[in-house]
Amino acid sequence: MKWAIVRFPGSNCDEDARFALEKAGIRAEFVWHTAQDLRGFDGVFLPGGFSYGDYLRAGALAAKSPVMAEVRRFAQEGRYVIGVCNGFQVLTEAGLLPGALLANLNLHFTCKEVGVRVERTDLPFTRLYRQGQVLRLPIAHAEGRYYADPETLKRLEGEGQVVFRYAPLGEEAHYNPNGSLNDIAGIVNERGNVLGMMPHPERAVDPILGGEDGLPLFLGLVQEVAG
Amino acid sequence: METLAREIGIPQEEYRAILKRLGREPNRVELFLFKVMWSEHCAYKNSRPLLKELPKEGEAVLQGPGENAGVVRIGEGWAVAFKIESHNHPSAVEPFQGAATGVGGIIRDIMSMGARPIALLDSLRFGPPEDERSRYLLKGVVSGIAHYGNAIGVPTVGGDLYFHEGYRENPLVNAMCLGLLREEHLKRSRASLGRPIYYAGAKTGRDGIGGAAFASKELSEDKEEDRPAVQVGDPFLGKLLMEATLEAIQEDLVEGVQDMGAAGLTSSLSELAHKSGLGVELDLDRVPTRERGMGPIELLLSESQERMVLVPKEGKERELEEVFRKWGLDCVPVARTIPERVFRVLFRGEVVAEVPTEALAEAPTYVRLAQEDPEVKRLRETPIPPLAADPGETLLQLLASPNLASREAVFERYDHQVGTRTALVPGKGDAAVLWVKGTRLGIAAKVDQNPRYSRLHPRLGAMHALAEASRNVSVVGAKPLAYTDGLNLGSPETPEGYHELQETIAGLKEASEALGLPVVSGNVSLYNESGGRRIPPTAMVGVVGVLEIDKRAEMGFRRPGEVVLLLGEEEGELGASEVLYLLTGQEVGHPPRIDLERERDVQEAIRELIALGLTQTAHDLAEGGLLVALAEMTFPYGLGATVEVRKGGLAALFGEGASRILFTVPKERLAEATLRLETRGLPYRILGETGGKTLTVLTPEGVLEWEVRALLAAWQKPLREVLDG
Repeated sequence: MKWAIVRFPGSNCDEDARFALEKAGIRAEFVWHTAQDLRGFDGVFLPGGFSYGDYLRAGALAAKSPVMAEVRRFAQEGRYVIGVCNGFQVLTEAGLLPGALLANLNLHFTCKEVGVRVERTDLPFTRLYRQGQVLRLPIAHAEGRYYADPETLKRLEGEGQVVFRYAPLGEEAHYNPNGSLNDIAGIVNERGNVLGMMPHPERAVDPILGGEDGLPLFLGLVQEVAG
Repeated sequence: METLAREIGIPQEEYRAILKRLGREPNRVELFLFKVMWSEHCAYKNSRPLLKELPKEGEAVLQGPGENAGVVRIGEGWAVAFKIESHNHPSAVEPFQGAATGVGGIIRDIMSMGARPIALLDSLRFGPPEDERSRYLLKGVVSGIAHYGNAIGVPTVGGDLYFHEGYRENPLVNAMCLGLLREEHLKRSRASLGRPIYYAGAKTGRDGIGGAAFASKELSEDKEEDRPAVQVGDPFLGKLLMEATLEAIQEDLVEGVQDMGAAGLTSSLSELAHKSGLGVELDLDRVPTRERGMGPIELLLSESQERMVLVPKEGKERELEEVFRKWGLDCVPVARTIPERVFRVLFRGEVVAEVPTEALAEAPTYVRLAQEDPEVKRLRETPIPPLAADPGETLLQLLASPNLASREAVFERYDHQVGTRTALVPGKGDAAVLWVKGTRLGIAAKVDQNPRYSRLHPRLGAMHALAEASRNVSVVGAKPLAYTDGLNLGSPETPEGYHELQETIAGLKEASEALGLPVVSGNVSLYNESGGRRIPPTAMVGVVGVLEIDKRAEMGFRRPGEVVLLLGEEEGELGASEVLYLLTGQEVGHPPRIDLERERDVQEAIRELIALGLTQTAHDLAEGGLLVALAEMTFPYGLGATVEVRKGGLAALFGEGASRILFTVPKERLAEATLRLETRGLPYRILGETGGKTLTVLTPEGVLEWEVRALLAAWQKPLREVLDG
């Protein structure tokens, strides 16, 4: 099994994504933002970072880069695409996922561990989690407030496209770190093959790094092919 | 020329030295070369004779001071490059860009050694948080660090932050960076003869020229009025430059690398040539520019950011250019090495400057008259006023005081995990711990300094800084290897200022020797004073150590029913303490003495206990004393403790001292742990047990008890209000 990790100029979680994929037993290769061929890959990972310096708007320029035309076709073929953090922003800017990621309500970059509840487990990304399980995952972003118009939001909820939601780890009242609507932390497209999420599962794949709640997400991808 | 020299601030005796070294009068361009290369910042004119005394050798040292950064071996062929650097003056003028470019600059220093930057630590000093300007500076600096560090993808994993009246007019912003490299990839600022020297990265503009404090009329080559004095950083360009440079090193395309930092092309090229025992011929017409009509002085002195100097290996020129083209960056030959040991500059086909590289590199040094400030002596000898306070209330107030309150509101704005190496995030341990993936090696780093101690006793303050940074590294389980020192002081031109510089370095020397820690890199920032008020002498010491990653200790109580022990003396001292300042507003008395032999033994002992798996929880007992340290240990996991102390006075509960560590041991291994301490002849005391939701302290005067939640709330609130307000 082989995944592509797209490197935009300014991507900075590319190595971390490779570390996580390889830990799950998946071969991972970097693909430059000018690449026009994704044949031979089983999935595409859009990593976090500040693609093109986040100039204009986070993810806006990357969404127009040559490789994204390929990623779009790849997704339309029903193959798997994951965008984390800046990768999620790129996916919404590219129109591969609905909604937008606005500035956090606290108006600054926030890096900390948050609770993330798994809302459905029938996807390869989540099949190894329990329904309703609350994961400990790190966030690190300044623009992560999920927003969509009421109609889109209703459709997302109705179709079960909300995969991850911020949730309390303990008894804390303020568990939503950025003001996302409906506490949304991650969504999939209708077909269920394109996942975007703000928390970083690739940063939580080893006890040395403070936790491994992110690892089952990557292990689930392996099972998809095996099964 | 002599008039011009005077106008741009070259002292008369230095102008005479220039005449002597050149054997003729310098021209305008040459005079400016001397001006920047002989500046205190580049030449260490006042500190060099003193810094010579510091120990620089050690088993682990691969590269000591003199290069872009120091490098130590950590095992299995891996090495760590690290250095601390100041960006005080720019940050005082424009805190956001000042701090951002400080971060960018230190990252380039680390890259220059062939290392991938993997962590940042920041040492910050501001005036009191009640002061509006100090708050503005703090917010700007934190935003600037976050802006650059987060985007370039180097995690900010630690640092320290103090508020003190002495920094009201002169805030300090020092950034430390660590980089990871394979020993065989170590690069230096070197070139062989006849090699082309490449300029890589951002184009050159007029920014930063004013940073060297020239009278604007001396830059009459351009007529633009609004030339920014502070450089502007672009982390996106910095990221591209970092990746391209590291790729070139990885692919073995370069023989030498040098950051283009302070004094721009002048400093980077003349130093490269000098260290290589060669000369250099620079053709300014080849320098990529982003503004029109730049003259030779502007081109030579510009401090535009995100620029590097690279010397390709023979036959690798095209490949080097190709790597930078891929990353969308300029990479062009602008100079070449020559046998005559001169810095020769061509502009429009003509030689506009030709100066011996040695003359530029070896500025005159000064040894000055030193005398202690009688006011400092008076304060130090002032008796401690009698203190009376309710310890219950005092603990809450101390936890909420500016220097002890939680730093969470600050470090939450920094990405402290990008790179997935961070094994101890801020707030979890006394030092940051980074994992060398693919191995069982960990790297620990901490920067420390206490302005109250240093102000009242510069020598002792410097000793404490090194001892505490080292202790914090030991307390997570790492063996300290070496340190970097960021010396920030007032003007050395007064006897009082020079005395403080002398004493600070003497203190570092004494502690270095006793603890067996060499210095491998550093920075000196002098003239941090205004209106005749010097900042407290501030030696920010960054210690780096190595550990087995699975044997690291955290600071928080994790398991109920473990025994809490104190290693070291039971009682602290009140001189220069936080509790004294809290209760009286005074900073007086003698700071705690330090027995360096004891310090070394205590650190060895805690490392041994951690390595044997006898403890996984250890915490340095520092400012605020015993109760503050205990409270801090309850915070990470919300687990309380019950302890008993034999004395209930404020000195016992809140007094400060060196060589003291709190740690926990599972009951069944207590005898084993205490035996180790007894064998070493170290004092220790069993204080109590972890558990519950309160911190309960039994004293001869009665029982003190706090809800952990209440302590936590008091501790978390103040800085969050300052930053978010």
